[in-house]
Parts: sequence; C-alpha cells; structure tokens
Amino acid sequence: MKNLSRYVPVLYVTFLMIPIYWLLNMSFKTTNEILGGFTLYPHNFTLASYQTILTDPSWYSGYINSIEYVVINTVISVAVALPAAYAFSRYRFLGDKHLFFWLLSNRMAPPAVFALPVFQLYSQIGLFDTPWAVALSHTLFNIPLAVWILEGFMSGVPKELDETAYVDGYSFPRFFFRIFIPTIAAGIGVACFFCFMFSWVELLLAKTLTSVAAKPIAAIMTKTASASGYQLGLLAAAGALTLIPGAVVIYFVRNYIAKGFALGRV
Amino acid sequence: MSSKTQNNKAWWLVAPVFIMVAFNALVPLMTVVNYSVQETFGDNVFTWAGVHWFQDVLHSERFHSALLRQLLFSGIVLAIEIPLGLGVALTMPRKGPWVSVCLVLMSLPLLIPWNVVGSMWNIMALPDIGLLAKVINGLGIDYNYTRQPVAAWFTIVLMDVWHWTSLVALLCYAGLVSIPDAYYQAAKVDGAKTWAVFRFIQLPKLKHVLTIAVLLRFMDSFMIYTEVSVLTGGGPGSATTFLSIDLVKIALGQFDLGPAAAMSLIYFMIILFLSWLFYTLMMKNEDA
Repeated sequence: MKNLSRYVPVLYVTFLMIPIYWLLNMSFKTTNEILGGFTLYPHNFTLASYQTILTDPSWYSGYINSIEYVVINTVISVAVALPAAYAFSRYRFLGDKHLFFWLLSNRMAPPAVFALPVFQLYSQIGLFDTPWAVALSHTLFNIPLAVWILEGFMSGVPKELDETAYVDGYSFPRFFFRIFIPTIAAGIGVACFFCFMFSWVELLLAKTLTSVAAKPIAAIMTKTASASGYQLGLLAAAGALTLIPGAVVIYFVRNYIAKGFALGRV
Repeated sequence: MSSKTQNNKAWWLVAPVFIMVAFNALVPLMTVVNYSVQETFGDNVFTWAGVHWFQDVLHSERFHSALLRQLLFSGIVLAIEIPLGLGVALTMPRKGPWVSVCLVLMSLPLLIPWNVVGSMWNIMALPDIGLLAKVINGLGIDYNYTRQPVAAWFTIVLMDVWHWTSLVALLCYAGLVSIPDAYYQAAKVDGAKTWAVFRFIQLPKLKHVLTIAVLLRFMDSFMIYTEVSVLTGGGPGSATTFLSIDLVKIALGQFDLGPAAAMSLIYFMIILFLSWLFYTLMMKNEDA
C-alpha cells in the first residue's frame, strides 16, 4: 500500500504531460509528416512552424496583445482589491456581507451571459478593440477573486499589528504601504498569480471585445485553424508558445503556491 | 467576527471595487434584463414582451435537455476530480526537491488558454494521427469523437479531468501542509492507522479547502464553453451542447436577443442558487 501510493503522483503527472508532449511533438513535425500518418516522435524535425509564428507580425502581435491586457488587468485588479480586502478583513460596515456575496456572485457569472452586452457597452464608450476593453472586462471576475484571496491573507495578520502602528503614530496610508503591504507580500503574489491566470486563459470575452488591433493570440489561433484548412503544425506551435508565460509565472510563485492556497482561502 | 470594529467609513476603501464591478456587472446585466422583456424586429425598434421569453425558454425542450446535459457533466466531473485530486494531494511528497517539480508540473494545465486546451485534446483525439484515438483503437474499441456521442462525452470529461484536477489537488495539498506535525506525532503515539489519520485529522482540516474546491469546480464546469466549443462544437448532433454553448449559439449566432437574454438570466439564477446552496451547506457542516 505504502509503496503503491508513491506512484500515484508520478502516474498523475505523467498523465498531465502526455497531451503536452503530443502538442510539442506535432509542433516539430512537417505538415506532410502529420498528414502522412501516426508517428510517436518527429522523424523530420523542423522548426518551420515556430519560425513562421515568430517572424510574422500577424502571429506574434497576438502574444504581445494578450500579455498587454493580462498585465493591465492584473495591476488594476490587485490595486483596487487591496484596500477593499483590508476593509472586509478589519471592519464591519453597512451591507458588508451582502456586498461580499454580490462580489463573489460575479465570479459565478458565465462569460457567455455577458458577452453580447459587454460588447455593446465597450463599443459605446469607444474602447472596443483596445487592450483596455479586455483588461477592464476581465476585472469582472478577477477583482472578486483578488478580494477573496487578499481578504484571506489579511485575516491571518493579527489586528495588533495595525493597532501598534497607530499607537506609534503611523497614519493609515503610511501604515498601509510601509508595513501592511510588505507583511502580506506573499498574498499579493498569489493574488497576482490568480489574476494573471484567469485573464490569460479566458477567451470568450477577449475574442468578443477585439477585432484587429488588440486581437489575443488565442483568437488568432482559432481563426487560423478554421480559415486555412488545417495547419496542425502551426496550430500546435502557437499552442506550445502559449504555455511559456504560464510556466514562467508558476516558476516565480512556486514556493508560495501551496502556502498561498492555505493562507489565502483559495 | 466580533473582533471587527464597526466603521462605515470602510466604504471608502471598498468604493473603487464597487464602482468597477458595478460598471462591468450591472450595466450589462441591466441590458440583459432589458432585452429579456422586449421583442425586437431589428432597426432598434423594441416592444414590450413581458415574461413571454421566460415562459418560452422554461417550456422549451431544447433548454431542458441542455440544462440536463450541463448538470450531468458537472456531476461527472466533480465525482472524478474531487476524489482524484484529494488522492494525489495525499500521496504527494511533503518535503524535498520533488515538491517544487510536482507543483510546477501540476499547475501547468491550469495556465493554458482554454481554447488551446481544446486544440490539444483535438490533436490527441483525431482519428488516425491522435495518440488517444490510436491507443483506444489499439484496444479494439471503435472510437470517433466526431461521430459517437459516448466518445465525445468521454473525450470532454477526460479533457476536463486533465485540465482541472490539479486545482483540487493543489488546494488539498495546501490544506494538508498547513496541518502541524504535532498532530501526526500524536496520532503515531496513539497508534492510529492511515485511515484513522485521514478520517480524524486530515479530512476535518481539509473541509475548508474542499468547500472552495467543490464550489470553484462546480461553477466553472457549469460555465464551460471554450474548451468544448473548440473540441466538439456541441456535437455530434447536440450531444455535447451544454447551456453555455446553446446560449452563445442563440445570442451571437442567431441574434435572438430576447430568448437569449431570458435564458441568460435563468442560467445565472441557477448557478447563483446552486452555489449558494453548496456554500451554506458546507459552511453549516463546518460550524457543527
């Protein structure tokens, strides 16, 4: 039993890696080889697909667009969530519980419900097809999430810290930026990670709110896949490249992921 | 809770969040409400339709079957992912160099754009050149997810398990790590078996994270759109047409704003109600 259980994570991780391997495998094959039949590894190893993507602006601009709105979204979400989470963790105020559940309920709103009205809204205020439109629309589910995570972290910080600081003559802003924010730095990191993650992976709103100038890479992929027949190699290479930002972000927060999950309640 | 001080000035701290979320949520929501009670013949001419669309949607066969498929999907996915995630978390190493490796590799599927997830499984399941299709065919089972509803369901469930089990595992792992060593030592002294340790030490401590895991997985599986739309497009036939897919078809495909809006609201209400139910039930358990 003990020996057997050791293999569970190994098997699970292997299961996770198989589709990723298959994606990489496809991305290094020539179109002829892909259509020619089933091969477990690329026999004619080629970087042609990657070359196409990295030299063609209509491809690589998609990555820049995506990263742009993801970063804007993460900054906005965490910045406005910080004071709100502080308020929720420290004070009782009129309608606080209702407000908290209302915020969370927006995390539950299916993007499919909002796609059309959000499109009309952002067209009306002239932000359509800009990274700002996508970034702002993604705050719908990222702000509630950030508030939730940060509130969890902040509740773990004893109230005595605040009180001591005020006794020592700190003003609220000075206390907040000098003492409180460094104290919950790990929580902020985790909140950023989650905002990044959910903004990076969302496509429905991002696709609805952009047409040419701010098109995310994911939308370019779906279009290419259907427009030019089936260029599987290209599609696989583009997919493989979307793994990189995620992998980088995970690497940075790897030490906080587990701790973060426990402290922040998510 | 009692340690919090009453201070209505805290609203100033919450105001930015309130304004931003209200802008993004209330304006579109009111638009949806608006559409749901009106009839349009184009050219921006709207006439009052009352609850007509709601009645239509609630009585439509199509809505019922989409809802049923959605519930079934969420049920299957939760039934697999929660135990599996818990199992992985329990057997993961707690110390040593493998922890980071495990965590990073496990988080990877969570950070892949959803349509890429769909494409990946598309490539896996393609007849003749896909690894999954090849393996299943090799076992002597006829498998073609574009033609057989069962195969399509199998592929989608497998995709979702691949995609999201890690979230459950990570949450549970975090809960497990937060249990002090002293608890385990005490259990050892008492000569507790593995099962007893799990039942009386680990499970109670995991209640909170499990609540979150179930809630998040339920909400997200109930809203699943992109992955399925890329992989099967709701097919074959309408075998995998879940609520969200049907909704987008009606709203953006046919531009039937009234029925789509009514359906959106009903859909949202169902999610809200079920999530609230889950939440209160689990919290009650925790207090007891």
